[in-house]
Amino acid sequence: MMNFNFNVAELIFALPELFLLFAISLILLFDLFVSQRLKQFTYYLTQLALLITGFLAFNLIGENATIFSGTFVLDSLGSTFKVFILGFAIIALVYTRHYLKAHDLLRNEYFILAMMSILGMMVMVSGHSLLTLYLGLEIMSLSLYALIATARDRASAIEAALKYFVLGAIASGLLLYGMSMIYGISGSLDIAQISSFASASTLGSQQTLILNFGLVFLVIGIAFKLGAVPFHMWVPDVYQGSPTSVTMFLSTVPKIAAIALLIRLLIDGLGDLQHYWADLFMILAVLSIAIGSLVALTQTNIKRMLAYSTISHIGFVLLGFVTGVVDGYGAAVFYVLAYILMSLAAFGSIIVLNRKGFEADQISDFQGLSKHSPWFALIMLVVMLSMAGVPPFIGFYSKLFILQQVVAQGYVILAIAAVIFAVISAYYYLQIIKTMYFDDVDKEILVSAPLDMKVVLSINGILILVVGLMPSFWMELSVSLF
Amino acid sequence: MEFSSILFYVFSFFFIVSSIMMITSRNTAKAALFLILTFFSAASLWLLLEAEFLAITLILIYVGAVMVLFMFVIKMLDTDKSTLRAQFTRYLPLGIFVSIIVIAQMVLVLNAGQFDLAMTGVPEKHDASYSNITAIAEQLYTLYVYPFELAAILLLIAIIAAITLVHRNESRSKKQNISEQINVQAKDRMRMASIKPKSAKESK
Repeated sequence: MMNFNFNVAELIFALPELFLLFAISLILLFDLFVSQRLKQFTYYLTQLALLITGFLAFNLIGENATIFSGTFVLDSLGSTFKVFILGFAIIALVYTRHYLKAHDLLRNEYFILAMMSILGMMVMVSGHSLLTLYLGLEIMSLSLYALIATARDRASAIEAALKYFVLGAIASGLLLYGMSMIYGISGSLDIAQISSFASASTLGSQQTLILNFGLVFLVIGIAFKLGAVPFHMWVPDVYQGSPTSVTMFLSTVPKIAAIALLIRLLIDGLGDLQHYWADLFMILAVLSIAIGSLVALTQTNIKRMLAYSTISHIGFVLLGFVTGVVDGYGAAVFYVLAYILMSLAAFGSIIVLNRKGFEADQISDFQGLSKHSPWFALIMLVVMLSMAGVPPFIGFYSKLFILQQVVAQGYVILAIAAVIFAVISAYYYLQIIKTMYFDDVDKEILVSAPLDMKVVLSINGILILVVGLMPSFWMELSVSLF
Repeated sequence: MEFSSILFYVFSFFFIVSSIMMITSRNTAKAALFLILTFFSAASLWLLLEAEFLAITLILIYVGAVMVLFMFVIKMLDTDKSTLRAQFTRYLPLGIFVSIIVIAQMVLVLNAGQFDLAMTGVPEKHDASYSNITAIAEQLYTLYVYPFELAAILLLIAIIAAITLVHRNESRSKKQNISEQINVQAKDRMRMASIKPKSAKESK
C-alpha cells in the first residue's frame, strides 16, 4: 500500500465544488419530477446554487491546502478565480434567460449544463495534477459543446457545435500529447514534482529537449482554448453560429479557467522554462492583436466583430505573461477580469435588443438606439469606449498596466506594436457608437427585456466606470494572487 | 529465444499487419473486422506485460461492445466508397509530407534515450498469485479518487447532453387520453359530406 492518508476534515477545502455538484444533482432530479408549472423555478434554484457556491468559495479565500493526494490545490489564486467565475456566471445567466425566452429555446437542461461547465472550470482552477487539469478542461468543454447544440433547430448552431467539438478534440489531443511527454520525462503527474524536476540543475540537454517538446504542445493547447492566433480559426465561426447567450458564456467565464490552466501548467509547473514559452507567447500575442484588430474592421455581424475583438484582447493578456514578472502576471489577470466585465455588458446589450421573433446580431440593429432607448445606448457607449481603451474606463487601465509592465521589461517594440493596433481597433468600436447615435432610421427599437435583466445590465455598465475609478486596488489584488 | 519473446513477435506481427489492412481495406466491414483483430493483438501484448485486467477490459469493451456498435452503423449507413477515396491522391503529397515531419519529430524525441529501460528501470516480474485488479483498485480508489470521480461526472454530462440533444417534446410520443376518449361525441367521429357524383365525361 502506498503512503496514503485521508482526513475527512480536508474535504472542507473542496466545499464549493462538492456543494455545486450536490446542487446540480439535486436540481436535475427536481427538474425531472416537478410539474410543468414549477419548472420555472429551476432557473432560480440554479442562481441560488451559484450564489451559495460563490459565498463558500469567498469564505475560503486566504486558506492554503493541497488535498486529495496532491491532485487538488486551494490557494488565494484558486479561491479568487472561483469567486469571479461564479459572479460572472450569475450575471451571464440573467442575460441568458431573457434570450432563451425570446427565442423559445428555454429548456432547463441549459442551466444544468451551464452549471456543469462551471464545475469543470472550478476543477481546472484548483487542478494540481495534469490529470485533474485535463479532466476539468473536458468537463468544461463537453458541457459547452452541448450548450451550443441546444439550439438544435438552427443549422448554424449545429455547425458551430460540431466545429467547436472537432477542433476542441484536436486541441485536447495536442494538450494530452504534451502532457504525456512531460509525464514521461518527469515521471510524475503532480505539478509540484514537475516543477522541482524542471528546476533541477542536473537536467541534461536531452531531458530539456523532451521537456521543451512537451511544452510546445501545452502552449498550443492553451492557445487554442484562449483563441489566440494562429489557433483562432474556430472563434469567429463558433461565436457567430452559436445562440447569442452561449456566445456570451463562451467568450467570458471559460477565459478565466483557461488563464488558470496557463498559470498552473506554465508558471506553477514549468516556470523555469519561462524564457522558452515567453518567446512563443510573444509571437502569439503580436499575431493575435494584429489579426484581431485588422479583420474586425470589415465585419457587419456584431457577434463576429466581438469574436475578433476577443482575439485581440487575448493578445494583450498574453503580453502580460511574456514579461515573466509577478507584476506582469497580475496585470494579465486584471486584464482578463476587466475584459470579461466588458464582454458581458457588450453581449448583454445585444441580448437586450432581442425580442420574440427578432434576432439582433447585426451592427445595423443598433441604428438609432439612442433615440429609442438612451440609457442602453449609453451603456453600450461606455462598453465600446472601454474596449477601445479610452480613459477613465476600466479598459484603459487594463491596457495601461499591461503596457507599463511590457515596457518595464524592455520590450518597447512590442508595446509600440500593441498600441498601434489598439488605435486601429478603436475604429470599429467607435463605428458602433456612430451607428447608435448618428444613424437615423425610422424603424422602432423595442427594448422588451424584463426588469431583472435591465437592472443587472445597468449595474454591469456602471461597474465598468466605477472599477475604472479605482484601478490600483484591483491591480494590487491581482498581483497579490501570485 | 524465450517462448514469451516468440509470442511477442507473433502478436506484434498480427498487430501491425491488421492495422495496415484496416487502413487500406476498401470494404468498411472488413476494415472493422481487422480493427477487432488489432484490438485482440493489443490485448495479447498486454497479457504478456502482465496487465491481465486491462487486456480483458479491452476485449470486453472494445471488441465486445464498441465494435459491435461499429458494425451496426456500418451495416446501416450506405457509405459511398468512391467519394471517400476521390480526394485520396490529391492529398497524398501533403499527407506524406506531414507524416515525414511527425515521424522525424518522434524519432528525434524518442531517440534521446530518455525512455530507455536504463532510465525507467526494468519492471519486476510477479508470480501467478499477484492480483492485477487489486493493484489498480488500490491506486484508483485512494490516490486517484478525485480524478476518478471527475471522470464519473464527465460521463454524467455525456448522458445529460445526449438526452438533451436527442429528446424531443413529449407530444411526439403516443399515449391515450382516457377522459377525452370517453367524452367524445358522435359528431366528432363522423363527418357527413355531400360529394357530387362525377359526370361521365370527367371520369373518362
